[in-house]
Amino acid sequence: MKKTGLKTNDLILQTITKIVLFIVIIFSFHLFFAGHNAPGGGFIGGLITSGAIVLLLIAFDVKTVKAILPINYVKVAAFGLLIAILSGIGSFLFGVPFLSHTHGHVHIPVLGDTHLATAVIFDLGVYFVVVGVTMTIIQTIGETE
Amino acid sequence: MTFLHWAILFPFLFAFMVPFLYKTFRKIHTGWFVLPLPICLFIFFLQFLPGVKYKEGIVQTVKWIPSLGIDFAVYVDGLSLLFALLITGIGSLVVLYSIYYLSKEKEQLNAFYVYLLMFMGAMLGVVLTDNTIVLYTFWEITSFSSFLLIGYWHYRERSRYGALKSMLITVFGGLSMLGGFILLYIMTGTFSIRETIAQSSSIADNGLFIPALILLLLGAFTKSAQFPFYIWLPDAMEAPTPVSAYLHSATMVKAGIYLVARFTPVFAGSAEWFWIVSLFGIFTLFWGSFHAVKQTDLKAMLAFSTVSQLGMIMSLLGVGSAALLFDHFEFYSVAILAAIFHLINHATFKGSLFMVAGIVDHETGTRDIRKLGGLMSLMPITFTIGLIGAFSMAGLPPFNGFLSKEMFFTGMIRVLNMDVFQTETWGFLLPVLAWIGSIFTFIYSMIFVFKTFAGKLQLENLPKKPHEAPIGMLIPPIVLASLVVIFGFFPNLLAYSLIEPAMKSVMPSLLKDGEHFHIHISHWHGFTAEFWMTVGVVILGIFLYLTASKWKRVYDLQPKRMTLNQLYDHSLKTAGKTSNRLTSFYMTGFIRDYLVYIFAFMIMAVGATMIIKQSISFAADDAAPVGIYELILSIVMIAGSITAVLARSRLTAIIALSSVGYSLALFFVLFRAPDLALTQLVIETVSTALFLLAFYFLPELQKKDKTRRFRLVNFIISAGVGGIVTLLAISASSERTGKTIAEYFLETSYSLGGGYNVVNVILVDFRGFDTLFEITVLAIAALAVYSMIRLRTGGKDVEENGFKNE
Amino acid sequence: MEIVTSIVAGILFMTATYLMLSKSLLRIIIGTGLLSHGAHLLILTMGGLKRGTVPLLDEHAASYVDPLPQALILTAIVISFGVTAFFLVLAYRSYQELGTDDMDQLRGNDQK
Repeated sequence: MKKTGLKTNDLILQTITKIVLFIVIIFSFHLFFAGHNAPGGGFIGGLITSGAIVLLLIAFDVKTVKAILPINYVKVAAFGLLIAILSGIGSFLFGVPFLSHTHGHVHIPVLGDTHLATAVIFDLGVYFVVVGVTMTIIQTIGETE
Repeated sequence: MTFLHWAILFPFLFAFMVPFLYKTFRKIHTGWFVLPLPICLFIFFLQFLPGVKYKEGIVQTVKWIPSLGIDFAVYVDGLSLLFALLITGIGSLVVLYSIYYLSKEKEQLNAFYVYLLMFMGAMLGVVLTDNTIVLYTFWEITSFSSFLLIGYWHYRERSRYGALKSMLITVFGGLSMLGGFILLYIMTGTFSIRETIAQSSSIADNGLFIPALILLLLGAFTKSAQFPFYIWLPDAMEAPTPVSAYLHSATMVKAGIYLVARFTPVFAGSAEWFWIVSLFGIFTLFWGSFHAVKQTDLKAMLAFSTVSQLGMIMSLLGVGSAALLFDHFEFYSVAILAAIFHLINHATFKGSLFMVAGIVDHETGTRDIRKLGGLMSLMPITFTIGLIGAFSMAGLPPFNGFLSKEMFFTGMIRVLNMDVFQTETWGFLLPVLAWIGSIFTFIYSMIFVFKTFAGKLQLENLPKKPHEAPIGMLIPPIVLASLVVIFGFFPNLLAYSLIEPAMKSVMPSLLKDGEHFHIHISHWHGFTAEFWMTVGVVILGIFLYLTASKWKRVYDLQPKRMTLNQLYDHSLKTAGKTSNRLTSFYMTGFIRDYLVYIFAFMIMAVGATMIIKQSISFAADDAAPVGIYELILSIVMIAGSITAVLARSRLTAIIALSSVGYSLALFFVLFRAPDLALTQLVIETVSTALFLLAFYFLPELQKKDKTRRFRLVNFIISAGVGGIVTLLAISASSERTGKTIAEYFLETSYSLGGGYNVVNVILVDFRGFDTLFEITVLAIAALAVYSMIRLRTGGKDVEENGFKNE
Repeated sequence: MEIVTSIVAGILFMTATYLMLSKSLLRIIIGTGLLSHGAHLLILTMGGLKRGTVPLLDEHAASYVDPLPQALILTAIVISFGVTAFFLVLAYRSYQELGTDDMDQLRGNDQK
């Protein structure tokens, strides 16, 4: 494993990672949800989430991270693709062509009057695909001997 | 989406479930799960019968690609209902038959039923849709599922050969047909068949009318195995017998007939349509029946018989198309009536005969009539069914085949009364060939039933000891044979329920609202010409059947090397060789050569276009001001890219590449693209990490590329690419014509997309399709990476299961 | 400014092409990376630079920069990442299996 470059024992990095990780992930969620109105969206959100996991990979090693996050990233990507396609097919139910989106104001108990767009569902699919794809690639390359 | 749409889609959806059912219930034959579907669909379609009798057809539309005028429109009228009933009715019987025919222990049942259901859905789609593009799509799915079903026993070389042959010929026809549809669209501006029919009078003089007609007929003739395209059908007999009975006699091969009937209102009235359809049809009738006689394989005989009967229906449609030109149209439209009636009859008797052939094959182990004989006493029920079917096929009373054969003669004789399209010159050919073809039809029908069931039993030649088939295998042919008898005695059962509505859809313009075609089918017409023709057929047929051994040498007259099959094999081989030679001429195997082609072509294409269109311009007055940061970044990027080229070590090259990437991210910040800047920053980090991970595995860079000349060529080409790109960028940014689409996006981003971030709204909403494909590509890339690393063959030679190049 | 970026894009294309025509796998991959950077800059330049504010409508500005090239580039960036990763793994796997990264020896053709 000495050549993978993913395994380093650095206490400072590990400690910082533990704190920063959550901030980065929350920031990525923020970017994702803000995406429709401010810079951000599925692509960037997904990339930053995977960036956070990559940070984890660098601070610890592949095996540890796999134990903490036992996720099959190929499935995550497939799941995202499924959401994206379903959000497109969903528009058939309303008798409009594939991938037609709409938006409107919805009243949600805690948040109050919220502006929602169905495109967000599609964007969620994008988010998952990006996370899944990036992590699949990095993890498989990182695991090779 | 109405229930009609779902009726077409149900078989497809069910096909998805079949593998799970097969895996879960290994003990139960998968066919039992499939069987209810066609039965339910049959009953569903039955309820439309009263509807099509009185009213116009029923239309239901779902938008598919509205921007191109392509809708998933379902249209039910007499003709499509007739076919839908055939597809689901025969389909139910065939599924039942297959349960006994295919062993659940030995066969891959899941694949079989998936293909069969796929075919059923596609065929329903072909006959029920009103949109030509949708029709084309389903048409190709039927070709494709036929390919899979013919090649079902894929370990047999003949199966693969037959499958490929049918695929090549029918897909060639399908593509021609698509061309025809597009020409029709150019003329009428619609993909809807009904709207095309409504405009038919205005397109007859169009220059594209004849090309469209020919292309459309190519599709119909290849699918319906007309001369000279019939050669795929005998080879398609390699499919399991239920498939032959279903696809290659009752339904799929009739898709061509359907197409001709459906487009008769558009093209009928033109001399070309009349002559091409009727002459090709009648010649196919003669050719198919003539060649059926010499076959020794029961299924091959039935295949040629199918070819000939399809020719007969085709010629009837051709002759009947002339009825549009006459006032007393009922006199001539009898040909159309005969076509539709025979279509039903053929499905019943040929379906039962195929099943009989399958039973004989299944119980004795052979289909070779030289080995068969005397099965009458061992298999009495099968014999009775075969006798009924064969007599009906031969056109003997009192079976339904007799009625339609008489009507066929009537239709052909009446051509002699026509005074259009110069029928006086070649018109006599039609009744003459019809008569000769019928004699041969009579002969092979007799051979089929008597060589198999009468004569001496040769037990020593049979691989298995024969006995009567299980009851489940007998029920489907019994049902069909009883229909043969019932329709023979009471033909008028069908007259106004099925035949008349179908005639109305073939010739809608002849009738005013509320009018009906007058149909009366009877056995006895007096001592007419038709009667004497039938008598002649029977007498000459019996005579020739008995003396067959004496005149069979006629078949040797056609040289073996001149057959259409030889032509097909030869041209396939030549095409393969020629394209191989052509390809190896420029496909050198060096990636560099290919890249040189691509870059050289790009330089020439872009350069030539810019010169011809005189679009090279240089106007800097409108440009944005140059700032100090931009200048610094530009210098960093240029330096980085040149370092990447000159770098001697891998690490330097990788760092140089990332420096370019990060500078680009900063450029995005300066050029007001925050989304891009964020993405680029993250991506650049991740991909640099990837490079660093991967470069350990790669060798050190080679010191120098080979020769000075090599480097010079590379430099010239890359300088050309760089130059042309610079020129393109400058010209594009200094000359702006018209408004950009960006304004639309900016205006509607909030009102339509509900977002302030226009870039994001474009990505997920306006251009959602692009993004969908993009994430698909991403997922594919990830899967490729994953499989390249995780799923190794373990050093085994990949050639084992790959193709071997010849 | 457009002229400067045009020239930069041109140079990126030039160096990328030169690298792609070389015989070493890693150089080719680096070349494709440079090519995508060049293409992104080209698209951005063709859409016009600094002709308004950021395309966020809540800025309520009089004019915005063209959002379409940005959307195109965003997709392209992510795609080129996927392609680069694919190339890298392909290169390293084929080096592992075949023992060379010289394109002349990696000739994929049966005709001798």
